[in-house]
Amino acid sequence: MKLNRNLSQRLGFGLITLMATLTVIPIIVVVIYIITQGGGAISLEFLSGFPHDGMRQGGIMPAIIGTFYLTLGTAVFSVPLGVAAAIYLAEYAADNWLTRTIRIAIINLSGIPSVVYGLFGLGLFVLFLKFGTSILSASLTLSIMTLPVIISTSEEALRAVPQAFRTVSISLGATRWQTIRRIVLPEALPGIITGVILGLERAAGETAPILFTGAAFFLPRLPNSVFDATMALPYHLFVISTQVPEMPFQIQYGTALVLIAFVLGMNLIATVVRSRARARRQW
Amino acid sequence: MESNLGWKEYIITRAIRVAGYSAIVFVTLIFYFLLREGLPTLAEVKLPELFALRWYPIEKYFGILPLISGSLIVTIGAALIAIPFGIGTAIFISEIAPRWAREILKPLVELLGGLPSVVLGFLGILVLAPNLRLLLNLPTGLTALTGSLLLGAIAVPTVVSVAEDALDSVPRSYREGAWALGATRWQTIWRVTLPAARSGVLTAVMLGVGRAIGETMTVMMVTGNAPVLVTSLGGLFSPVRTMTATIAAEMGEVANGSVHYHTLFFIGMVLFIISLIVNVTASAVVFRSQKRAERVLS
Repeated sequence: MKLNRNLSQRLGFGLITLMATLTVIPIIVVVIYIITQGGGAISLEFLSGFPHDGMRQGGIMPAIIGTFYLTLGTAVFSVPLGVAAAIYLAEYAADNWLTRTIRIAIINLSGIPSVVYGLFGLGLFVLFLKFGTSILSASLTLSIMTLPVIISTSEEALRAVPQAFRTVSISLGATRWQTIRRIVLPEALPGIITGVILGLERAAGETAPILFTGAAFFLPRLPNSVFDATMALPYHLFVISTQVPEMPFQIQYGTALVLIAFVLGMNLIATVVRSRARARRQW
Repeated sequence: MESNLGWKEYIITRAIRVAGYSAIVFVTLIFYFLLREGLPTLAEVKLPELFALRWYPIEKYFGILPLISGSLIVTIGAALIAIPFGIGTAIFISEIAPRWAREILKPLVELLGGLPSVVLGFLGILVLAPNLRLLLNLPTGLTALTGSLLLGAIAVPTVVSVAEDALDSVPRSYREGAWALGATRWQTIWRVTLPAARSGVLTAVMLGVGRAIGETMTVMMVTGNAPVLVTSLGGLFSPVRTMTATIAAEMGEVANGSVHYHTLFFIGMVLFIISLIVNVTASAVVFRSQKRAERVLS
């Protein structure tokens, strides 16, 4: 009986360990594979040039710039709105049906398929508000998609600030907003920044929401205004891996590498912000 | 000065309150626009034609059953991968792994969650599909199975993080009680910790499956895009077309306001309702278990 128990424990632990290993090893392999396959394509010309010869040669600069614009545009709308919503939920909202409805709405927003966001953006921003397929429409669409991530991570960061900080500030005569602005927000800032970057990281890598709202197959110049369509890294990778025949592998892998470097670079910044803030924290 | 401050505070508080309501506004707006553009389908395509077996919009065949079946088979395949591996990894991270292994595993799983789906689709086309074709001796590697494998990978991070949270929130005293009664660590995990965390683990599974149904780019790139009705699990080895991929692939080419356009919005509406059901149910499970935890603790 005793041996049996130990045997089953060993088998069980072995199985679970094996599954975790099988889950993680492909991730490492994939990243290393893309780096080795795409590394050769990376050059100054690749990063700073326009694509030519039906995108089979040249660089991907307009796609990089486009993704940068879209990420920035998304931040402009989603950060103020998301952080304000988080402040409402963490500092003002009472525990009633309205707050519960807001929470359910946020959970729903986070679960809506990305392509449905694309449809919504097409219906509201592109056609109804007549923004056209543009950076503006795509950024607004991505903003709403990003909102739940920013709200929930920011709320968590705000809630982590000890209640005593607020009590002391209020008792010294500060108003509620002064307390939030001067005491709570600065303390929660690293957590909020982490959440914002994680949200924007998702926006930067998405393709489906921008398919019909702002992504261009190919543009010979950079966009001039927010009402222009733009090339974007994820859409460009989709295009060159499915729509362009006889595409050189190296450019495809190079594009994939730049995209994951962009996205994982943001992830890395978020991780650094978080761990530095944790190390400095005194409460 | 005093009243000035009061005004400023009043306006800011108002603005924050409005921002707080924004999530409700957006969900309503999304649903409204899907209905507005999707419901005309019901007037333009007869119901039996809408739930027919053929999707061929150019010839005016708007049967969405092949697309639903495609989404189903790919999602089932993905769930069969993501559930065991996701929960297994969560158990490993939360219960078994030494500290150093946890510090490596968690960021790696997050990294997988951060990989854009288009990158996985790209690798699916260039690496996974050709190898699967050779391995299984299929006419094409772009099949439901390829989609399932990649979707499984996409759903894993969701399952791991939610399930791990659930396991983590089981009070340590439960485990200590089991050990004190002579249970092995494995028995404790299997008989005490996992059952105690079951509502959270269930939520993890639901959210993972929801993530898989809604995934677009990867499936569009690797499943071969043939709108064929799938009737058995054997369909895993042939090309299929999911609801999400259909919208993404065809919306760019339809005329605004056409029957085809409305039907694609109708499919979007179906997807929205599915995700609504999944997420409301999942959050109901979470709320209920929180209430129970409060009761136990008080």
